[in-house]
Formats: sequence, structure tokens, C-alpha cells
Amino acid sequence: MAKAKGAIVVDVERCKGCQVCMVNCPTDTIGMAEAVNGKGYHYAYMKDPESCTGCTNCAVVCPDGVITVYRVKKN
Amino acid sequence: MEVKEIIRPENLVYKRTPLLTDAYLSYCPGCGHGTVHRLIMEVVEEMGIQEDTIGIAPVGCSVLAYDFMDIDCSQAAHGRAPAVATGIKRLWPDKYVFTYQGDGDLAAIGTGETIHACNRGENITIFFVNNGIYGMTGGQMAPTTLEGMKSSTSPYGRNNETMGPPYKITELVAQLEGTHYVTRQAVHKPGPVRKAKKAIRKALELQKENKGLSFIEFVSNCNAGWKMTPNDSNIWMEENMFPFYPMGDIKVDGKLVNG
Repeated sequence: MAKAKGAIVVDVERCKGCQVCMVNCPTDTIGMAEAVNGKGYHYAYMKDPESCTGCTNCAVVCPDGVITVYRVKKN
Repeated sequence: MEVKEIIRPENLVYKRTPLLTDAYLSYCPGCGHGTVHRLIMEVVEEMGIQEDTIGIAPVGCSVLAYDFMDIDCSQAAHGRAPAVATGIKRLWPDKYVFTYQGDGDLAAIGTGETIHACNRGENITIFFVNNGIYGMTGGQMAPTTLEGMKSSTSPYGRNNETMGPPYKITELVAQLEGTHYVTRQAVHKPGPVRKAKKAIRKALELQKENKGLSFIEFVSNCNAGWKMTPNDSNIWMEENMFPFYPMGDIKVDGKLVNG
């Protein structure tokens, strides 16, 4: 069965670290970075890139629209 | 497969709509306003009506909405957005006109404008973000604040006997003849976000058909005003706001759903 493989790109400077993407990620891919951005927020990042399926759930709930999602079908 | 190989233009499935400007959103982390802004702009982009859309910004947290949406915008005095929208729509009946208001703006100081615009059935769309509190001014009690809910002006919780019970203006305007489509949505989880987007699209398409006023309420969080983390506020909202403000359509095609 073809399995989708995905990746996200976070606009680090726009991220406010609200963690809404993190709790809505069905594969537990997203974590919050220990480092902070220019505004002092712990930004979201892919802590487990292998598990991302590119489902876009994180991007559609992100209040600041900082997440871009990519997806490929893998056979 | 390496992440680098996935991040290629041909694999792109979701990106921020270019109809949101580059301005840094002034909202608190986790606030539903940003999601509602993005959904409206995504629908405007998908319908290809950027040049024909006029938004009216309110007073409140979203007073700077015109800075974030790359469409023509006006800004109204506190609560008067439906009156300004009425004037603009009557002058330009072919344009898509919407107001974007919070609960302090629409349900408190602007109750008169809201009810009369709905009663006249102006052919506009009202987007109403209800977070049960006055967010921008420091978390004061709003007409939509729940019973027992603490705010800076009801520090022991809202007392229905002395302060009156919270009221559901969305159910109220659904009773009026002029409204055609009235619904209540939320934007805290992927499922509700997708439903809310469909509702926004339906509302803007109804303007093209001159059907009357469409009114969409978004029950949202105010984590700063409620003194919670964004996720705790979303859970609190599900447990406390949703039983009082139930999700779903209230009026479709000019007929009450449960009437």
C-alpha cells in the first residue's frame, strides 16, 4: 500500500509557540524547540521527521499560518 | 526518504495564503482570530474575488484586521460595522462585503446595528468571533460571558441575578426574517476548521445570489483573558462554551433548523 511521506517547514520568526499544532498532530511529529526565536518564543519543529505523513492538520489549525506542508506518495 | 527530497515545490500541499499580508499578527499565541482571518482569506483566494471583496474591521482585538488582510477594508466605530457595511453594499451591490466583529463589538455596544441590519436582511456577511470576554481592554465581562465565569469585572464569577444571564445573539438573529444563513462554528481543531471554511464559502456565495444576510459565529478562545495556556483554553472551551453555544447550523435557506 502506498504510504504518504511528509515534511513541514515552520516559519520560525512568525511562530508564537502556542503548541496548538503539537497537540493536533496525529503522529506526534511536532515538538517545541528548546531554542527561542527573535520574539522569545519556543518555536515548533519536526522532532521526529520520519513519522510525518503530510496530513496538514498542523497547518490548518495554526493561528499564525506559519506551517508549510509537503507530501509525497511512497510505494 | 530524506526531508530535503520531500521539500520540493512539486510536493507542496499547504502553504499560507498570499492574501494574508506579511504583517506580524498582533494576537496572543493560540488565539482563534488568526485562524479565522486565514480561513476567510483562503476562501476569498479560492473564489478569486480579492478585488471585489470589502471587509469592515471592528473595534477590539481585531481592530487591525485591515493590516492583515490584503483586500479593501474599512474600519467602523465601535459596534457600527453592520451600518458601514450596509452603506458600502448598497452603493456597490456587486461587491462582496463582510464585517468581522468580536462579541464586545457585535453583541454589546453594536447590538442595535446588528439586529437592525439582520432584520433588514442586508445582503452582507457577518463574521462574529465569540470568546466570551473583552480581550483587548483587559478581560472584562462581556454579554456572552458564561455564568460563573471569572473576568476582571466579575472576579467572583458572573452572577446571573445581578448581572443578567449570558445571551445567544446568534439564536436571536436567526429569528429575524432578514437572515438567510445562520451558523455556529469553531476553529480549535482540524475538523471544525475545515467545517468552518465550508461555512465561510457558503456565506460568501450566498451574497452572489442576493439571498440576504448570512451570519457566522465562531466560538473561540481567549487564553490571555481566561488566564490559561492555549491548549487548556481550548479544552475549557470544549467543556464549558460548547454546551451553552452548541455547534452547527441554526438557520439554512431562510428556515430554522430546529424550528
